[in-house]
Amino acid sequence: MTQLPLRAQLASALGRTAATLSRVTGRGDGSVIGGRVGLMLEPDLLRKLAADRKLVLISATNGKTTTTRLITSELQELGEVATNAFGANMPAGHVSALSQSKQAPFGVLEVDEKYLPEVLATTGATVVCLMNLSRDQMDRAAEIWLLAQKWQRALTDVDTHVIANCDDPLVTWGASTASRVTWVSCGQPWKEDSWCCPQCGGPLDRKDNDWACRECTFRRPEPSWVLDDDAVIDPRGQRWVLDLQLPGRANRANAAIALATAETFGLPADRALPRLREVTSVAGRYTTVERDGRSMRLLLAKNPAGWLEAFEVSDPALPIVLSVNAQGPDGRDTSWLWDVDYRILTGRPVYVTGQRRLDLALRLDVAGVPFELCETFDAAVARQAPGRVDVIANYTAFQQIRAEFGRAV
Amino acid sequence: MPSDSALRIVWIYPDLLSTYGDQGNVLILEQRARTRGIPVETVYVRSADLVPDSGDIYLIGGGEDRPQILAAERLRRDGGLHRAVERGASLLAVCAGYQIMGSVFGGEEGQPVAGIGLLDIESVRGPARAVGELAAEVDTGLGGHMLTGFENHMGVTRLGRGVRPLSRTIVGTGNGDGTEGCHVGQIVGTYLHGPALARNPWLADVFLSWATGGPLTPVDDTWYDLLRAERLKAVLPG
Repeated sequence: MTQLPLRAQLASALGRTAATLSRVTGRGDGSVIGGRVGLMLEPDLLRKLAADRKLVLISATNGKTTTTRLITSELQELGEVATNAFGANMPAGHVSALSQSKQAPFGVLEVDEKYLPEVLATTGATVVCLMNLSRDQMDRAAEIWLLAQKWQRALTDVDTHVIANCDDPLVTWGASTASRVTWVSCGQPWKEDSWCCPQCGGPLDRKDNDWACRECTFRRPEPSWVLDDDAVIDPRGQRWVLDLQLPGRANRANAAIALATAETFGLPADRALPRLREVTSVAGRYTTVERDGRSMRLLLAKNPAGWLEAFEVSDPALPIVLSVNAQGPDGRDTSWLWDVDYRILTGRPVYVTGQRRLDLALRLDVAGVPFELCETFDAAVARQAPGRVDVIANYTAFQQIRAEFGRAV
Repeated sequence: MPSDSALRIVWIYPDLLSTYGDQGNVLILEQRARTRGIPVETVYVRSADLVPDSGDIYLIGGGEDRPQILAAERLRRDGGLHRAVERGASLLAVCAGYQIMGSVFGGEEGQPVAGIGLLDIESVRGPARAVGELAAEVDTGLGGHMLTGFENHMGVTRLGRGVRPLSRTIVGTGNGDGTEGCHVGQIVGTYLHGPALARNPWLADVFLSWATGGPLTPVDDTWYDLLRAERLKAVLPG
């Protein structure tokens, strides 16, 4: 549908060629290199590719990739959707995604938290979804109060509809300058980054999902959508039992955001929900892999808030393998392990592996959680009796396990 | 009610300054005390609460610029930490918490912000962020161990007279002048995360022996030693 100027067409085509080369030579999935080539040839390519489409941008510390997938799935009910399904969430990835689906009237893009202001300004997206902000990879990621402040500036005086989680004080503050916001109550199990008012620094009084500053007027806005255990209540009070295939509270929260987003496109919950239920695994997350009679379910957790959600999904009756690395994408500082309360694993057989297994071993030892140290993931698997096992791994550890199973997942 | 025999640990402002695993320092002190049969009571003091002056060991951690400024304002107004230190309590101050113990530190735009003046040190915002593993040789007055940890800060800290460097850096930036951290009396400041006491159990024991006033029985350091050896090997030349 988009008629690009000649230069942009050429940049977009060469980018796609580079992406194909990257895939066929086995160097990557092509979603970054293709976009980089395109952006080099035509810096304004993202703006041109975004023009005349309805775009949804999705940003948060956790749940970006899954929510992007959920919203993509439901908007496909309305037409073709361009999306960066592989989590390449910076402008090169966005260019690549939009180049590959030139005719798609919709685009659903996962956006790195830092890049949101830039991508919003460039694309003029119709909808922005903001779910949660918490500590994450502090050696390379931006500080989260600062991030929320940048979101505020980016959302001032733009004609974008924001869908935001009002149970997260920092997200609420970041979204507070937008002219149109649909507030969704989707919970905030991890509260350690929001005991203080983002507005004035005073203490926040918190009860269940509600919160209010003791010293200024900043408080939780009234939500129009509410996640209520296994269901979502819409603005008219109708209760939609989610019944997703994706497990866990965090995914029900992501689905609440997705349903509120669908409504802004005129897609009612009775049409959106069946699409959400079709999603089973997202880029390997929650998938089960088999080896020698062991069924291992893979859970990704990159930061303390993510571990809390992964523990909630994990079956307490099963043994559990934990794998932690500290490469660039993981953050090279493992201090965050001390923000995770591992005592919930007490009583389960726990196996510890990954490049930074000694950091995790000491952490568990101090928590009083018995564990077994394994040199490799294979060794941890070999220690299991046939049957089901849960695996929680951080980013590169997770990718290593996926690669071992041929990314068939 | 606190009993007189229990070791009292006070964690200052976890709601403002505990951005990166700082709770670990509390957990390690608790574990190493309890393993030795020393009862422990820990108080988590949120920023809206008063800092008690009756603690034995005080801890304060790292955080973002804005919470750092808020914490400095509140601590100055509160006065509890000053009274505790005058009484002889010990203090471990990490990263942002280390900087605010001085007379001045750099705010989010580099502007000078008044610290709480417990230590004769001054910090400014440096030209570049120091991020990475650090290894350093500790002052012989504190046992001459190797210091290991992870730093992530933009501070450059100058020590005044009477404040000794905690260590001399081999790898890493620390204070920015070839030293890392400082100590005076029973106050230790450091830029190191890791957390600092997980990587340096000897330092946890320094605090515990200050608090108990006597020598400590040995504890099983197997996991600590393995982690220390791996981290030091990863960064030290040769």
